[in-house]
Amino acid sequence: MDRIRRALIGISAAAFLKPWEALAAWNKEAFGAKTAQDALRSIGVSGAAPTKEVLIEAPEIAENGAVVPIEITSNIPGTTSIAVIADKNPFPLVAQFRFHEGAVPFVKLNIKMGETSEVRAIAQAGGKSYVATKEIKVTIGGCGG
Amino acid sequence: MAGPMKMRATWANGFTDVRVLMTHPMETGQRKDPDGNLVPMHFIQTITVQLNGKTVVDCEVSQGVSRNPVFSFRIKGGARGDKITVAWQDNKGESNSIDSAVA
Repeated sequence: MDRIRRALIGISAAAFLKPWEALAAWNKEAFGAKTAQDALRSIGVSGAAPTKEVLIEAPEIAENGAVVPIEITSNIPGTTSIAVIADKNPFPLVAQFRFHEGAVPFVKLNIKMGETSEVRAIAQAGGKSYVATKEIKVTIGGCGG
Repeated sequence: MAGPMKMRATWANGFTDVRVLMTHPMETGQRKDPDGNLVPMHFIQTITVQLNGKTVVDCEVSQGVSRNPVFSFRIKGGARGDKITVAWQDNKGESNSIDSAVA
């Protein structure tokens, strides 16, 4: 009940006080989550199946945590979204990409990592979730400082 | 401050590769300035990629993306001369966009 109440307050606040936030469709709850589990739940993912069909290309050791290059490709047919989660970051959910007709489920980006952590790529296809994981060692953190 | 963008879109073997750079501080809200005050959060939240006006990828991102973000996307098909548009909006309501023709 309390959750519903808070959600309603959140929605009305977004609608009336900060209309631009509502328009931007930025998932405040998911990006504000402090654990990977909470972030996953907020983007509607539960029980993602481990897969080798989602590829994470990234360095084993990132010398500079402020810029860690990551390339993600999903070979699962009908992939509609890919989310990137760095487990040990203060806010683990880094990004979520939605692919529409014409887009290849591929993305390359640079992320910040506070410390050595597992990085997960979660692909959603046909109502199911798939996850690939890769550990990236960080020698100099990229958050704060 | 949020600044200019750069983009290159190239067609090869049936795919259009889009590489886009955004000038943005992507402040996490955890960094301190030289006086020891926390620098407020300031980061891009949403990005859309369009091919000839039709959205092909939309993204939600956090402060966990590196400063001056660079993204690569891939579009199936497309042709030389097609228009690619990339636009972003940040948590302060600032925005920018760029378009260029596929080469």
